[in-house]
Amino acid sequence: MKRIYVNEKWCLGCHLCEYNCAFANSGSDDMVKALKDIHINPRIKIEEGPQGISFAVSCRHCTEPLCVKSCITGALSVDNGVIEVNKDKCVGCYTCIMICPYGAIMPGNDGSVIQKCELCTNNSFGEPACVRGCPNKAIVFEER
Amino acid sequence: MNYVIIGNSTAAVGCIEGIRSVDKAGKITVISKEPHHVYSRPLISYLLYGKTTEQRMKYRPDSFYEDNRVTPVLGTAVTKVDYENKKVVLDNGDEIAFDKLLFATGSSPFVPPMAGLEEVENQFSFMKLDDAAALQKVINKETRVLIVGAGLIGLKCAEGICSKVKQITVVDLAPRILPSILDETGSELVQKHIEKQGVKFILSDSVAQFSKNSAQLKSGGKLDFDVLVVAVGVRPETKLAADIGCKVNKGIVSDIHCATNLDGVYAAGDCSESYDITSGQYRVLALLPNAYMQGEAAGINMAGGEKAYDKAIPMNAIGFFGMHIITAGSYDGEAYVVQTEQTYKKLISKDNLLKGFILIGDVARAGIYTSLIRERTPLDTVDYELIKEKPQLMAFTASERAVKLGGAKE
Repeated sequence: MKRIYVNEKWCLGCHLCEYNCAFANSGSDDMVKALKDIHINPRIKIEEGPQGISFAVSCRHCTEPLCVKSCITGALSVDNGVIEVNKDKCVGCYTCIMICPYGAIMPGNDGSVIQKCELCTNNSFGEPACVRGCPNKAIVFEER
Repeated sequence: MNYVIIGNSTAAVGCIEGIRSVDKAGKITVISKEPHHVYSRPLISYLLYGKTTEQRMKYRPDSFYEDNRVTPVLGTAVTKVDYENKKVVLDNGDEIAFDKLLFATGSSPFVPPMAGLEEVENQFSFMKLDDAAALQKVINKETRVLIVGAGLIGLKCAEGICSKVKQITVVDLAPRILPSILDETGSELVQKHIEKQGVKFILSDSVAQFSKNSAQLKSGGKLDFDVLVVAVGVRPETKLAADIGCKVNKGIVSDIHCATNLDGVYAAGDCSESYDITSGQYRVLALLPNAYMQGEAAGINMAGGEKAYDKAIPMNAIGFFGMHIITAGSYDGEAYVVQTEQTYKKLISKDNLLKGFILIGDVARAGIYTSLIRERTPLDTVDYELIKEKPQLMAFTASERAVKLGGAKE
């Protein structure tokens, strides 16, 4: 299965992946309207370190997904290798945040349910917007 | 192969999914006293709160049993296991043969002897869907509720019904709330937050005598109530297992393959004990994620596969009225503490390992801490100063990050 991989040597720390993610999951088809004057809450997040190191972190779509096994509601499930969240079932208990070793699951905008990367399979993009918009190929979407 | 699972909750689902990952053909029968499709027990407070519905709180889709070719025998209790003849006997007289058996019997509310308790008409436990439904029927805007027990169950119940009733008082013998997961500072912070919602606490006290609608407290006070919820604790359901010679301490004893001392008999979930790697002790870890993972390991092993359940730790993610709490591990060791008005963080390390943590208010990326505990990552292999500040992958080495994020092989 194709997954998102990160090469931190190439990451510029430009945060474009975060903006593209927020736009892709906004439901809007206009990036300016979607992101203007809001504090974005993307599903991919850049870590920046002391020595100029930066890299993007998003769901690894683990083959042994602790989040899915730990989910108390059954809201998290695996569909063709993609770990998805059913927001209708999620109650925002944050058990998945407790267990994800990558810190790749976060509260949604109002905190009442969680959100996570679904590889843009459930939005109009169809393939990861973060990868498509990365100017330096620091994030790739590949079969390995 | 005939698999029989006694119980129909999280551990049972883990077991079914574990079996089916190895054996697509064997016959699986799930037996439960409860008549319901598998649902998530911890969601009963959310049901009362109005955040979920009976349909949405189903732990697996309606087609789950059919999809996994499971025969559910629901609303029927197992009265006896006949281990010699490899069959279980049901309360309707039926018998079901097994080759492999899983005890996923869970736990039941522990109600200690309390003087006059039998006079209280409106008294409830808070474990099962039927408990929640029964409680919901009797409460209204005029109801005064007394909850005995300031643990996870009692307080989730308080949150669930808080906006639907007139008054909630929580009484507990312990001097502080949630003592099983919080330290004193944490308890105080959470208690203040819950009190702001109108819930009243009476701690270091207990009920000396109940009458129909009132409780005489040991300290001398008297409390009038309309509805009583007893949430003092739970006890593992071990009787069926003990009757056939399974070793039982507090819970059913099982090894890292979730096997009991009897050949072909396994145990998982709240009825069983796990080896807590943070304290080095066998304990009942009555937590949903552990129940699933234990059940899954049991199922894989029952079906002839190989799966170890060897990373058990206590861990809780819970929230009250918008305040989130995540805790894990055990708290014996050197503490690192950061406290603000609305947040609390405590990390406990010992022997070059992270042993436990308490996070209140700010719980972002807590799983990175949990993982350090579960994987027993030596703290001198990460930048502990950095990760103490906040959970982050930056604290790992570049080569470790290449494995975690870059697809490099370990």
